[in-house]
Amino acid sequence: MIRALLLSAAAIVAAPAAAQDVAIVNAKLVIGDGSAPVEGGTVVVRGGKVVAAGAGVAVPAGVERVDAQGRYVTPGIVAAFSRVGLTEVDAVTGTNDRSAPRTRFSAGLDIAPALNPMGSPVAVNRASGVTRAIVAPSGSSNLFAGQGAVVDLADDMDMVTRPRALQYVAFGEDGSAKAGGSRAATFLLFREQLLAARSYARNPATLAEWGNDAMIQRADADALVRVIDGTTPLFVRVDRAADIVNVIKLKGEFPALKLVLVGVTEGWLVARDIAAAKVPVLVSPLTDLPSSFEQLGATQSNAGRLKAAGVDVSVGVFDDDDAHKMGYATQYAGNLVGLARVPGASGMTWDQAFASISSVPARAVGMEGSIGSLRPGRAGDVVIWDNDPLELGSRPTAIWIDGKAQSLTTRQDRLRDRYATPQEGALPKAYDR
Amino acid sequence: MIRGVKGSLLAAVSLALVGCAASNGETASAGDKPAEKPVKFNKDPYPSTYKAYPGQVTAVRNVTIFDGEGGRIDNGTVLLANGKVEAVGGPDTPIPADIAVYDGTGKFLTPGIIDIHSHLGDYPSPSVEAHSDGNEMTSPTTPEVWSEHSVWPQDPGFSRALANGGVTSLQILPGSANLMGGRSITLKNVPSRTVQGMKFPGAPYGLKMACGENPKRVYGGKGRAPSTRMGNYAVNRATWAKAAAYKKKMDDGKAVDRDLAMETLVGVLSGEILVHNHCYRADEMALVIDMSKEFGYKVSTFHHAVESYKIADILAKEGTCSAMWADWWGFKMEAYDSVNENIPLVYKAGACTIVHSDDANQIQRLNQEAAKARAAGRRIGIDVSDELAWTWLSYNPAKALGIGDKTGSLKPGKMADVVLWNGNPFSAYTRPEKVWIDGALMFDANDPKRRPVSDFELGQPGEGDVK
Repeated sequence: MIRALLLSAAAIVAAPAAAQDVAIVNAKLVIGDGSAPVEGGTVVVRGGKVVAAGAGVAVPAGVERVDAQGRYVTPGIVAAFSRVGLTEVDAVTGTNDRSAPRTRFSAGLDIAPALNPMGSPVAVNRASGVTRAIVAPSGSSNLFAGQGAVVDLADDMDMVTRPRALQYVAFGEDGSAKAGGSRAATFLLFREQLLAARSYARNPATLAEWGNDAMIQRADADALVRVIDGTTPLFVRVDRAADIVNVIKLKGEFPALKLVLVGVTEGWLVARDIAAAKVPVLVSPLTDLPSSFEQLGATQSNAGRLKAAGVDVSVGVFDDDDAHKMGYATQYAGNLVGLARVPGASGMTWDQAFASISSVPARAVGMEGSIGSLRPGRAGDVVIWDNDPLELGSRPTAIWIDGKAQSLTTRQDRLRDRYATPQEGALPKAYDR
Repeated sequence: MIRGVKGSLLAAVSLALVGCAASNGETASAGDKPAEKPVKFNKDPYPSTYKAYPGQVTAVRNVTIFDGEGGRIDNGTVLLANGKVEAVGGPDTPIPADIAVYDGTGKFLTPGIIDIHSHLGDYPSPSVEAHSDGNEMTSPTTPEVWSEHSVWPQDPGFSRALANGGVTSLQILPGSANLMGGRSITLKNVPSRTVQGMKFPGAPYGLKMACGENPKRVYGGKGRAPSTRMGNYAVNRATWAKAAAYKKKMDDGKAVDRDLAMETLVGVLSGEILVHNHCYRADEMALVIDMSKEFGYKVSTFHHAVESYKIADILAKEGTCSAMWADWWGFKMEAYDSVNENIPLVYKAGACTIVHSDDANQIQRLNQEAAKARAAGRRIGIDVSDELAWTWLSYNPAKALGIGDKTGSLKPGKMADVVLWNGNPFSAYTRPEKVWIDGALMFDANDPKRRPVSDFELGQPGEGDVK
């Protein structure tokens, strides 16, 4: 009964907003591609996509005009590495689909059916300006964690923008633990699983021949074949400088691999190698503690130094709360701007920092042409902010996703309003809504 | 996430019993009274050896000052001498000749930040198993353990809290696995070979206690009490009853067997040791308040206090502080009802408001957490000025730690624990430029030699780098 009630309530809430044609005018317009903000800018969204953005853009007849009153207008934030939608309350196991530690499958896992667009983290992250996220599973019982997705954070039931958008694997200490206790085992297991998948692709009967001795399941082989041929980008968690170099070398054996490095705490020590290999990185930029022996060189200047070396650097929020607090992306990006003013430190310009949480992660996952900026043809994911979006405490005042206006109200707001005065009145708080 | 889970699930459970360096020399050993008198115990067997490092007489002029008690001076002058704040005033404040003078144009000067909830040293970096010294998870009540005995002074996290966070004092708490986790200790954030060399002179000890999920999960998981919230209270009450009986024996002048656990609890019942109680839910905080009255102690501060906004009126009436995050939520069930306006709503109710970290990363930007909370308050009409919000970061935690008469605000005669920021510290674009502790310049962004490097980091990649 309770479940039935919840379902019907969800159905009501889920009624999707209609796509609007909308033009936001009088904006301090941030395209998100690293260019400087444009004063007095206009962005026009039609049919769910950006059709024009910049200064001197005309508003087509019949299109609704929204006056931004000089405020910042930006593409929605793209969370570069997240578990949003995969968990509601982390310590409540039934709500937490981040990892599948007891499954017999690995690379073949696909998070798409585990995503919950009605979960409160989706609404909370959206209200902080995040409109898209790159979501990865965090682990299986085997080396490969499975396939992540690119999602939107709209208040509707269809969350998946691109399913199976990435495969995730951890090297370093986590990978060792999965592979049997050493980095040598990690690299060998990685190689053998890819070679098995390749054999399977050439002759599907081989998997049946291996029977119970097969080191991967059919579904895993299917997924890994797409990693080998570069169809699916391979996101690799790696932190130690030597591990980074060795992971990059895997491209020698598997030339079509589309590597994206995640974490990369000691990346600055081998920045030239990363740049030469043209491998994009996702970093959590304020990591500066030697939390483990593979992060001894941790410094907040990592992102800035990698960027200066020519690496494509996306800023993410991980090794932190990667499901509930994606709004930290703007704070972290703002800190990179601050670092640029500290003697001896490296950071980013404001324009670079904003791009690192919008178009750059979109590019890392191969979707620069469809999300992450306000260039024509991209999804109509637009945010009007009450202040500089990289400054502390700034919040969206309006959000569109795929051209649809979004609710900014969260369950947290409802609680706040209920207890704006904590004392109970003529009736208990339970009647106050 | 790994860190987040550890911090939120384990560290969050901490009950802090703070070691108390307060009763200096009150050794009251067996010798000072006739034999029939009960033996008294040395209350300070690991005394502070902290001494201020040498400083020079220093003035900062043309700077915007938040004094930590809600005052603000634009175009201000501060004078530091002999380790103390000598003078704070406007542009006409006299300063002696031949001293170090810094121009603070465009910069801000504040008291050093005080983090009332840290596990630096007892959960240090690197966070290897061999360093996991914050939770004595062998009994649900361990008031006999002292966090200072776990603190590793070489934790690189201390230097990050100094250089990036402007943190000049901090309380190191045991974790929250236990209902009574042990004593906490308040430290000056200076590098030292020994923990005694960091101990804040004269700071009272604290007792870390924990409500809710963590103790019942940890001990229920071992098949023993407590396994429920009601079990939490039953074990607590039985322990307090025992402590009350022990105290009565002492007060009546009867001989008692030495009991380290009871000594800590008697310290609480005597008002010498301050209770720092990890507690998320409003209903549980209300129950703890009644329990404290049942046994005659006071809770100094509820830590985490995610639901303080639901009972802010009660907390104001009781005079109990809330030490809070700006926006942590969702990592566990009792953190589900978090709101971004918790801090400003507690402030609005007139209750004591503190911003805390419980985290080796967030301790590096508590000013930013306060800025987010302040902005959330403004959006619902709670307009807190910069200078008032700074009370959440220095003076309120100082008072809650029992050191408010010594530090936490820029008043003449108080410790010269001071941060010069390179802009408004409520901006994401601002960092500490200089940090003084007791008037000694311990960090200077412009001088790589004023940047501490722990033993652990010496000879490692990135030694002496900006962090």
